[in-house]
Amino acid sequence: MHLNEEELEVLRIIENNSRIDLKDLAKMTELSEADIEVTLKKLEDMRVIVRYLTVINWAKVDEYHGVTAMIDVKVTPKRGVGFDEVAKRIYRFKEVESVYLMSGAYDLSVIVEGRSMNEVASFVSEKLSTLDSVISTTTHFIMKKYKHDGTIFDQTEEDKRIVVSP
Amino acid sequence: MIKTSYVSRTIAELKPSGIRRFFDLAANLEGVVSLGVGEPDFVTSWAVREAAINSLEEGYTSYTANAGLFELRSEISKYMEKQFHVSYRPEDQIIVTVGASQALDITLRTILNPGEEVIVVEPCFVAYAPLVTMAGGIPVTVQTSKDDDFKLTPEQLEAAITPKTKAVLICSPNNPTGTQLEQAELVMLADIVKKHDLLVISDEIYAELAYDEVFTSFAAIDGMMERTIVINGFSKGFAMTGWRLGFVCAPKEISEAMLKLHQYAMMCAPTMAQHAALEALKHGMQDVEEMRRSYRRRRNYIVKSFNDIGLDCHKPGGAFYAFPSIEKTGMTSMEFAERLLKEELVAVVPGDVFGESGEGHIRCSYASSMEHLQEALKRMERFMKNHS
Repeated sequence: MHLNEEELEVLRIIENNSRIDLKDLAKMTELSEADIEVTLKKLEDMRVIVRYLTVINWAKVDEYHGVTAMIDVKVTPKRGVGFDEVAKRIYRFKEVESVYLMSGAYDLSVIVEGRSMNEVASFVSEKLSTLDSVISTTTHFIMKKYKHDGTIFDQTEEDKRIVVSP
Repeated sequence: MIKTSYVSRTIAELKPSGIRRFFDLAANLEGVVSLGVGEPDFVTSWAVREAAINSLEEGYTSYTANAGLFELRSEISKYMEKQFHVSYRPEDQIIVTVGASQALDITLRTILNPGEEVIVVEPCFVAYAPLVTMAGGIPVTVQTSKDDDFKLTPEQLEAAITPKTKAVLICSPNNPTGTQLEQAELVMLADIVKKHDLLVISDEIYAELAYDEVFTSFAAIDGMMERTIVINGFSKGFAMTGWRLGFVCAPKEISEAMLKLHQYAMMCAPTMAQHAALEALKHGMQDVEEMRRSYRRRRNYIVKSFNDIGLDCHKPGGAFYAFPSIEKTGMTSMEFAERLLKEELVAVVPGDVFGESGEGHIRCSYASSMEHLQEALKRMERFMKNHS
């Protein structure tokens, strides 16, 4: 689908800050607040805007116990539906965060979150690798997140400029 | 004993920049939100920084050719052609300089005989008139008016020309007003310049930061290539102020004369910075586009917000400055800026430091995060309420 420049501009802005004040968004795009509301509604209805999320650095929270694994999955595609059917069987599990169809050495990249390595391990051995189309799996646990969705976690860049300059 | 001054009269008589005073005031306060910064808030993109680091690791630490790395000049030539439709030969028409400032300096020193006049269009960058003076010329200032959105009119230009006039110095998009001259306006000015056989020194350092109209280089106007000296650089568009890297494009005769001066006075621009600039031109245009979009949003935001709180502000076409009028408050620019700094801890630059016609205005740089701009606006709204 084709979007116009105003719609693209709204997306570019809220992609980095979905909590931005409607008034400010209107000023930045030179649209009226009413127009912004219509635009957002339209983009939501088209499911171009799918959901508003928050990037959280859970590693900083003592109460959080969780591990994330990226699993390379090789599968046998099915006649007529290709990879879509097996992808669906996988992404419906609530443990699964993301599923991507990949080019290269394996077919699906599956990101799984669990409370412990054991939990993820049993998901892989009991649920994932037992699916008919799955040929093999390789599980990589994430040890540290440096940057996630374009955001560097441990960095606040201070302004190094002098306060007044010509 | 008779005490002689060790300082030349020319330099002794130069007025220090009014910005300096403001810097001293603001630098000593805690919690200042500054709209006084005349440089991008972006850090140079990592790809460019990494290219400079790599050049050091590879041992590129010696001089380059006086005019700059040939490869860089070739890229500049391609860039000028692609972006602004003007062609300059890398062999003898482009010199890489230490910032646009040095480009301006060697331009003026190359073209001026003692006593020749340069028309300086105010409000403008604080260094123009002093640089003309230091080059032995005489700056003749023309005051543009807010009623013309601070654009130089053909009548004003014509009226300022004398038999001694050598050149006109113009900056578009402008610091401090943000005003951008459109093609049709350049054509009208060009007619007068040609009629009187003058040169144009076109400071195009903000060319990449044009938000509404496509930027037109003065050199791209019919018949102007041979009488225009284009000053440009990497500071603003590529967010590389601290690298001190600019360039100047000029007709061969002028360029070759300038190179003589450049090789004696500077040798060459810093090698590491030249390698960084090369990377910026080769792979950095996407970053420039993103930064332009980001400034444009903030321009829209600040101009609308100023008008909402009673600071009349024309919509600047480029650069990253808004130049609202503060006349309503009855204060001078200096008074307004000082009180705003003391009472609300917001730093802006009083308009009169950029020339007489800047009086009644303040320069507000929106090269700052949205959070900063929002906070500044909140404080300025309160200030306006307290002083209306």
